[in-house]
Amino acid sequence: MLTKRIIPCLDVKDGRVVKGVNFKGLNDVSSPVELAGYYSDNGADELVFYDITASAEGRALFTDILKEVASKIFIPLTVGGGINSLEDFDRVLKCGADKVSVNSGAIKRPELIKEAAEKYGNQCVVISADVKRVNGEYRVFAKGGREDTGMEAISWIKHCVELGAGEVVLNSIDTDGVKNGFDIEMLKAVCDAVDVPVIASGGAGCIEDFEKLFKELPKADAGLAASIFHFGEVKISDLKKRLSEIGIPVRI
Amino acid sequence: MLAIVDYGVGNLFSLKSSVAAIGVDAVITGDAETILNAERIILPGVGAFGDAVDKLRATGLDKAVIRAAENGTPLLGICVGMQMLFEKDYEYGEHDGLGLIPGEVRSIRELIAPEMKVPAIGWSSLSYKKDSRLFKDIAAGEFVYFVHSYSAVKCEQYISAVTNYGVEITAAVEKGNVYGTQFHPEKSGEIGLKILKNFCNI
Repeated sequence: MLTKRIIPCLDVKDGRVVKGVNFKGLNDVSSPVELAGYYSDNGADELVFYDITASAEGRALFTDILKEVASKIFIPLTVGGGINSLEDFDRVLKCGADKVSVNSGAIKRPELIKEAAEKYGNQCVVISADVKRVNGEYRVFAKGGREDTGMEAISWIKHCVELGAGEVVLNSIDTDGVKNGFDIEMLKAVCDAVDVPVIASGGAGCIEDFEKLFKELPKADAGLAASIFHFGEVKISDLKKRLSEIGIPVRI
Repeated sequence: MLAIVDYGVGNLFSLKSSVAAIGVDAVITGDAETILNAERIILPGVGAFGDAVDKLRATGLDKAVIRAAENGTPLLGICVGMQMLFEKDYEYGEHDGLGLIPGEVRSIRELIAPEMKVPAIGWSSLSYKKDSRLFKDIAAGEFVYFVHSYSAVKCEQYISAVTNYGVEITAAVEKGNVYGTQFHPEKSGEIGLKILKNFCNI
């Protein structure tokens, strides 16, 4: 049986992990390589690296560190941030990424999904959507959640899957950062609309939030979070142990 | 020397790194001679079967891989590389595979319950159908990483390991010196490295 996946997300700027991270035993808390190793050893099923660099120099540093991570950590790696063209796909895949997530790049030019899926396979293309409730409908936001595109989210995500996206990351802006649990209502609407895997993002604050996600929405395939893992509020090994105890299939 | 067959599909960086991590010297090659002279061969593959097998044929490396396998060189196909070992595939029309193992490749949509997702992505555990040198010292129930929409069928006697998606799905096959894994050992953590190491000790 495919197990539910637990995925830490690391924001990288100029080759360093941002957000204060403090783990015992890590010499360099902002080293993507050390942190990736730590998570891998503690049971992370996948890692997401999100490049928030704006400059070309930063981009080059990002691919350098990606290469270093991929040469030492042998679990799946997804890369996102600044993916606007097939060249961007190529650039990160060559450095060891397994999956590439597109967000604003696909909003600007949806055909990017089709072109990438044809070239690299559906399994390689992840559509990441930032979604917020506006006037009673789910709306897609662009530019890191700052700009309302006016597009209805469920039909947008469906369209992306039809174009060839093999996986969906749904980030609820309404629950993101609130640490009060995943947006199960919004996630359910997406899970009911598509038949590819859906990764829940935004809102996890404690172990119980993951329990609730997988119990109330068995169709959710994975839970993604950043700060609660980085700050050590939730240890992935404890989380998976708890999920296993309540009968949620996880890899231990 | 271990040869990783490069025919222009997929990301070979992780595969090469994982083999390096177990201390094995590997070369990524698109040269038929190198493949014929290799001690062992890995045939990788991602994406669509038809596209992959067409590319392999276009490079002419299909013949080198088949000849080396017939000469007894241990060969490991991974994911679509495993699917290509079979006779026929039905992804986007009918395609001929390398025919090294009798069997077919079909959409998992035809096999699994309708509510299950395709592509199947994630970690799933192994159960064994027979003893295999590939899984030496690896307990049943260990998890490996799968990403696929297609699966090998009609090859029961060659299946060494399966995984369970509500129905049994072919996880690994072998026929003599020809091995295949549907999952990605290079992405399956320590267990995956152990499987690659076992292959390199065959």
